Amino acid sequence: MTDHTSITSQRTGADYVRAMYCAMIQARMLENKLSSLYKAGKIVGGVYLGKGQEAVSAALGSALIPGRDIFAPLIRDQAGRTAFGEPFIDCARAYLGSVLGPMRGRDGNIHRGRPREGMLAMISHLGSAVSVVAGSLLAKRLQGHLPGTVGATCVGDGATSTGAFHEGLNLAAVEKLPLVVIVANNQFAYSTPTSRQYACEDLVDRAKGYGVTGHSVDGTDFLACAGVIGNAVSLARAGGGPQLVVARLLRLSGHGEHDDGSYVPDSVKAGIYGRDCIDVAEQQLLEFQIMSAEEIAAIRETAAVEVQAAVAQAQQEPVPDPYLEDWRAFSSELSQPQS
Amino acid sequence: MSVTYIDAIREAQETLLREDPRVFLYGQDIAAFGGAFKATKGLAEMFPDRVLDAPISEDAMAGLAIGAALQGMRPIIEMQFADFSSIAFNQIVNHAATHFYRTGMPVPITVRLPSGGTAGSGPFHSQSMEAIYAHYPGVVVVTPATVADAYSMLIESVNLDDPVIFCEHKFLYRWLKAKSFQGDGLPIGKARITRMGRHATVVTYSAMVHEAVRAAERLQKESGWEIEVVDLRSVKPLDIDTVLASVARTGRLLALGEAFPWGGVTAEVVSRVVADGFHLLEAPPMRLNSRDTPVPYHPKLWAAHRPTPESICDSLRKLLSY
Repeated sequence: MTDHTSITSQRTGADYVRAMYCAMIQARMLENKLSSLYKAGKIVGGVYLGKGQEAVSAALGSALIPGRDIFAPLIRDQAGRTAFGEPFIDCARAYLGSVLGPMRGRDGNIHRGRPREGMLAMISHLGSAVSVVAGSLLAKRLQGHLPGTVGATCVGDGATSTGAFHEGLNLAAVEKLPLVVIVANNQFAYSTPTSRQYACEDLVDRAKGYGVTGHSVDGTDFLACAGVIGNAVSLARAGGGPQLVVARLLRLSGHGEHDDGSYVPDSVKAGIYGRDCIDVAEQQLLEFQIMSAEEIAAIRETAAVEVQAAVAQAQQEPVPDPYLEDWRAFSSELSQPQS
Repeated sequence: MSVTYIDAIREAQETLLREDPRVFLYGQDIAAFGGAFKATKGLAEMFPDRVLDAPISEDAMAGLAIGAALQGMRPIIEMQFADFSSIAFNQIVNHAATHFYRTGMPVPITVRLPSGGTAGSGPFHSQSMEAIYAHYPGVVVVTPATVADAYSMLIESVNLDDPVIFCEHKFLYRWLKAKSFQGDGLPIGKARITRMGRHATVVTYSAMVHEAVRAAERLQKESGWEIEVVDLRSVKPLDIDTVLASVARTGRLLALGEAFPWGGVTAEVVSRVVADGFHLLEAPPMRLNSRDTPVPYHPKLWAAHRPTPESICDSLRKLLSY
């Protein structure tokens, strides 16, 4: 993640929204490619897309400072990962099972990360990263590195029902840590609608109960995401304590590519959150003259080439060899590591 | 002048805090109050930034430790009772235990579990969780039975790069005394021959080491049987070499533990001895565990639920008479 090491302060203004848009397009193109590869039977395991959630994810990832901040992305955060500096090849290698990837074939798809560089490798148990990011921030406090640092993670509406989410957010509030938790309320946890997930009027109302600052945003509105999520990260960075952002949107894919999402009613798809945040982004960038049509076209063209190159490279790389695998779950030289 | 098992745990934590700025303690009621068992008494006054009270959130306590460890710290978390670590189970076995294998980056956390039964503690303050954690790849599980091991193994646990479940037995906290914290320096992963014998081997760990020694002394006095007692010290790694060497000398094995009887450490020991040392056995190996019910509340029921010197002697007589 060397491309972004020159960033020493949080992006603002046009730089910030340009970075967001680039990450959104790159993520969408990468994920479209993954979807095609899945349908062609080239992927090891499942494919999970962030289609429709790119504005929220990129607004978070682009507001973070690689090398300083902590980021725990979840299942639909390709855009945030890209914005935080994850190279395409990490994603391609994880999905295609290359032994050269960060997970070396021992784990795959979205369960990847670069924890040494501050990007955690998610596990499948929802909400569990909230306290882990809080712990990373507590460590920085003990080490004297906390001022100016932010930790962030994303969850969906479903994860807000877990004990881990509650325990983690409460703990972060007690310790007044600079934690940003984004809830991408995409209206469905796999197939379960929010009416079967929670009974409160709006998830953001829970912020008061935790003693944290709450924010709401239309997750399909590119510039609104930039404003609200960028501000939440700034507030945390400035010492304002934990921030809970609830973004309303709609998942524009199935839970994974094995799922056609046919349980989503047409009326919901036709509603305001059914619009594509990338279409909204391009309209807004042109309308406010932040980018020109030529610039947008060039970003798309470059992203397409880079995605193609990353996938082609990963496809040519070796897969893991069980005879070369060390089969060690312990790092320590214990007297009988296999026992 | 003597020191207790709980003194050793407190002293080890003080030593760690003093000598290693990466160490911090996190747990319920451990700061000003000094912990439910006073294992952290006075430490918050000495290290106010690094001895922190936690909310009643075992999942988040373990998650916090994992996140801090990934940033270079060496957290020790105190579960008030081992039983409550079930709430943290996901973070320990899915997050901490898988991390090194998945990413190549170890998670050096130490989780202290005040374990095992004491009179009147009942079903939810008496459990022995070692076998559950040992089942998962990537977790070291230690079960010290002596004052010196409680001290040295806690220090060694914190210095290990892997997650460690430190099962400290509550029954031993104040009852078990020694002249000092100094021991024989055996590392984690090595069992100890606590008592030499010729006629049968008892393989056990934690508080049951002492019950086994009592039973062995009684049988020697009554009938002249010489029982060898092996203290596993850590159940993962499991030092099966020392166990097999003992069984080679005695030809008879009783695997003894305080945990529930289905599966667990005693079953693991018996299955490995049978698989690797069948030819060494002169009698079918035996197991003795607690009964297969929740740990009962009343002291009279509790005393009959766990193995005792009497029930250990009964098992050994059967083993010796085969």
